Amino acid sequence: MRPFAYVSARDVESAVEAVAEHPGARFLGGGTNLVDLMREGVERPRTVVDISRLPLTGIEELPDGGLRIGALVRNSRLAADPLVRSRCPVLAQAVLNGASGQLRNMATVGGNLLQRTRCPYFYDTASRCNKREPGAGCDAMEGFSRSAAVLGTSGECIAAHPSDMCVALAALDAVVEVRSVRGTRRVPFGELHRLPGGTPHIETALDGDELITAVELPPLPLAARSRYRKVRDRASYAFALVSVAAALEVRDGAVADVRLALGGVGAKPWRAHEAEALLRGAPAVEESFRRAADAEFAAAEGRSAPTGMPDSRRAADADGQGARAGNEFKIELGRRTVVAVLRRLADEGSGA
Amino acid sequence: MSSPHSPGTHAEPGTHPGPAGTRSAGVPAEPAPAAVGRAVDRVDAPAKVTGRARYAAEFPYEDLAWAAFTYATVTRGRITAIDTAAASALPGVIAVITHLDAPRMKPSPKPNPIRSMESMATATSVDYLNTPEVHWNGQPVAVVVAEDPETAAHAAESVAVTYEVLPHSADFAAEERHAVPQRNSVIQHASGTKGDADAALAAAPVSVDLRFTTPRHHHNALEPHATTAVWDGGRLTVHDGTQNIHWLRSQLATKFDVPVGDVRVLAPFVGGGFGGKSMVWPGTILTALAARVTGRPVRAALTREGVYRSVGGRQPSVQRVAIGAERDGGLTALIHTSTAPMGKVGGAPEQITSVARHMYGAEHIRHRQYTLGLDTLSTTNMRAPGESIGSFAMEAAVDELAYELGLDPVELRLRNEPSSNPIDGKPFAHRQLTECFANGASLFGWPARSFEPRSMREGSSLVGWGTAAAYHPAWQLPANVTVRLDARGRALVRCAFHEMGMGTATAQSQIAADALGVPFEAVTVEYGDSGLPTGPGAGGSAQTASVASSLLEACEKLKKSIGTPREGESYAQLLARTGRDHAEAVVGSETRVGKRVGQVRFTAKYLREQRRWMKAACGAHFCEVRVDADTGEARVTRWVAVFDVGRVVNAKTAASQLRGGIVMGIGQALTEQTLLDPRTGRIMNPSLSEYHVPVHADVPRIDVSWLDDPDPTMPLGIVGVGEVGITGVAGAVANALHHATGRRLRDLPLTLEKLL
Repeated sequence: MRPFAYVSARDVESAVEAVAEHPGARFLGGGTNLVDLMREGVERPRTVVDISRLPLTGIEELPDGGLRIGALVRNSRLAADPLVRSRCPVLAQAVLNGASGQLRNMATVGGNLLQRTRCPYFYDTASRCNKREPGAGCDAMEGFSRSAAVLGTSGECIAAHPSDMCVALAALDAVVEVRSVRGTRRVPFGELHRLPGGTPHIETALDGDELITAVELPPLPLAARSRYRKVRDRASYAFALVSVAAALEVRDGAVADVRLALGGVGAKPWRAHEAEALLRGAPAVEESFRRAADAEFAAAEGRSAPTGMPDSRRAADADGQGARAGNEFKIELGRRTVVAVLRRLADEGSGA
Repeated sequence: MSSPHSPGTHAEPGTHPGPAGTRSAGVPAEPAPAAVGRAVDRVDAPAKVTGRARYAAEFPYEDLAWAAFTYATVTRGRITAIDTAAASALPGVIAVITHLDAPRMKPSPKPNPIRSMESMATATSVDYLNTPEVHWNGQPVAVVVAEDPETAAHAAESVAVTYEVLPHSADFAAEERHAVPQRNSVIQHASGTKGDADAALAAAPVSVDLRFTTPRHHHNALEPHATTAVWDGGRLTVHDGTQNIHWLRSQLATKFDVPVGDVRVLAPFVGGGFGGKSMVWPGTILTALAARVTGRPVRAALTREGVYRSVGGRQPSVQRVAIGAERDGGLTALIHTSTAPMGKVGGAPEQITSVARHMYGAEHIRHRQYTLGLDTLSTTNMRAPGESIGSFAMEAAVDELAYELGLDPVELRLRNEPSSNPIDGKPFAHRQLTECFANGASLFGWPARSFEPRSMREGSSLVGWGTAAAYHPAWQLPANVTVRLDARGRALVRCAFHEMGMGTATAQSQIAADALGVPFEAVTVEYGDSGLPTGPGAGGSAQTASVASSLLEACEKLKKSIGTPREGESYAQLLARTGRDHAEAVVGSETRVGKRVGQVRFTAKYLREQRRWMKAACGAHFCEVRVDADTGEARVTRWVAVFDVGRVVNAKTAASQLRGGIVMGIGQALTEQTLLDPRTGRIMNPSLSEYHVPVHADVPRIDVSWLDDPDPTMPLGIVGVGEVGITGVAGAVANALHHATGRRLRDLPLTLEKLL
């Protein structure tokens, strides 16, 4: 880890001032991602502005029935909140499916929104990565891409967004409140994260000196019937291969309303607008769910074994290259998981 | 299985130097209950839970400096420039050592078990920091010494290295065709034949001919490798988390050209090894070098990534298992071949096909191993090297044959249980595999299983039951031991063996207590220090039996030297009555000539025994998996295993060892793989977040038991328990997955995309 200056902010005002005064400064919340990346030499801030003492730790009900969640609410507290659990079980479930108990005790809501990808070539400073070093190239394209995205990728970057919580927030039409020395603004969740395009190093719509102060959830009665399903290699402490956040309301056998978002497959937390549009008004049956899932993944691009790679039936499998054969499987896995979650919501409800 | 027992205030082991034995007097004279076989709490538990147990990176030294390493980022190359200016300029940096200025060290000996067993500890042939050549992606190319670990790490990152890249290949798939037959050695049968297996296979009415692959694995011991090195003039003291004190000491003496007697290695506690701490890896050598260059005590504690870069892992493999059978299930042909790469700079070829020699009574057998070199770090031993991944292929193939035959997989195994060692007809010293299967099937409820795949669905889960055999050979190594008994009834056992968490000190205390007729609490064991009588390495599941053999001999010698007690009198009372303070017995010589003679004598006896008997542990696994019908996620939900491991010394620690092997096997089956990028030879998941060992939520209740029938050819009847647990596990899981889904997966790990 490189040496850095440390500033402890007393209040929001002084925090945004401090970060504006120190170019290249980063906010430190729970530190579960930033400190890790600093240790790896991926993040090299010259100044760290500690915001962990700021009074942004409340979860309140808004007059319109929505919820306001302070940016420094710890993940474990968010997941345990009775309002969150009853009104949007999908959010509580998503948070509980992330990381481990120890990490959730530290990780904050604001920090979770800005979590960075787990692409192995992003983490390894000896590898080429356009996200880490604009224009350097991408070693993931022809390398291990099992963790990579299939939706929203570009020729420059195929990294997946790793957050579970963000997938639920994408489904819930959350709004993010940010503050800087220039004032306060509100960013709809769908506009917070950017697709990589030709600039994968620019990950969000936030300026470097903007501080997330809260996340607001608009009132959404539908969210009481919601679920989060995470598919992963082991039962805990693993990032999603595919995850699905969904809320479903069925009336008279037809889908009255639906919210659907995907994780593990998108370059950003992926709101499944296409699928939602097809589902609204359709019969709440397996066939509709499948058609919607197919539509959402129609544009997906998976990676199979790169050209010149030996047939995956050969020794390739033996030396980890089975995994190198790509992430194409996520397309079918994603479809199946969408169908399974919608089926279960239609049959059983939220399980909250 | 367990009887509650508290060892009371057992003396803390591993605190050397210092007076041995801190227990108070007043030990009762009446005969103690037998300690061997009881579920005794481990003697080091209080030290471990209170943090008093010190590991290699925890020994305090005044004026301690810290080392960190710069790792190469090319596959194969030559350093053309190395810029240390930025690193050296950082406040707190004491030295930056590179190949340009490092003192010359002697080359490590070429591994050759006939010339010297110690040479087997050479991990690679690379002369670290004495050459500009880079042989693997991750080779240490600079050592930084600083006043604190953070500065050292920062400075190590700041060393800028320029390479001339040389032609290379780290691509197993591309190089597989260059594999050559592995030669037999005194320690391993790389090939063997009985009859004409190929002809028999062709003629067999029922057969399977299958190809399996297994990936690279890493040990991931809880304690990453660490070393503290201190020079006092020409004398070197090293605290190191080693599995082989004696080999490490010998290698350091060679490297630094000092007499062996001037090197002291201390390893009272090791935080897990699994084979990853058997060889001498560059971190240890370079820490000692850094201490010599700076004249300060120096400590290096590898990061998890550092372990992946500079410590080898298990070989990946491609295997073929072909089995021919009569329609009644009797095996006529068994062929097992393997191809597995090592590093061009070294590596331990695993006995992947050894199971073909011992498991099934086929009329015709052929097995052969092929190896090749890649531009990677050396591979190394990892828990049950060979048998672990070889048994996966063998046990999965036997299951496939059972389905070809329409026979229950347990029944097929029972029909082919041999009465003598299949490859050469040697008698088994002890083999109760049939009983293991019978007990296991009954405990698990196997008879209720429906034969058809996909026939046990529960809700959205496909349920499958699988079985497999476990097998691991029993070895012994030489051990020197001293035993002392004093007139107050206190016993002291001294031997430089290793405590990596298995409970070795506890087991040896139990053995000594019974042999001397004193209570378990009256025994103190000193270990983990090269200043003690030379012990065996902790490997091959051999340590407990090896130390026990010499310990029992020493106890007999000791009793003989004390004399014959009167009726009802203990040996301690006899000492007191005859006015003697204590008596001591020694087994093994510590002189150079004595050691050599001892080793030759041991080897002769050992080889005689090995020619006479086939010795091994075996067992039967039964497991249940549940597979999500939509996503293919597989989780193990139940496990029953019954082992034939001879006499069990400590029911508690043995159960933990066997269970731990099964947990590691579940990881091997479902999730574990080291991702080595074939373009660069660089490991891309060098962390516990991306290399997936099982988490608690992945591990079901594991019911382990054993037959507890001593092996008459082993000391006290002991057969090791460290490795047999992992063997067969991945096979059992693959077989259960087939039963659940109808799909045969032959490439580890069995991740969900292979089921979609």
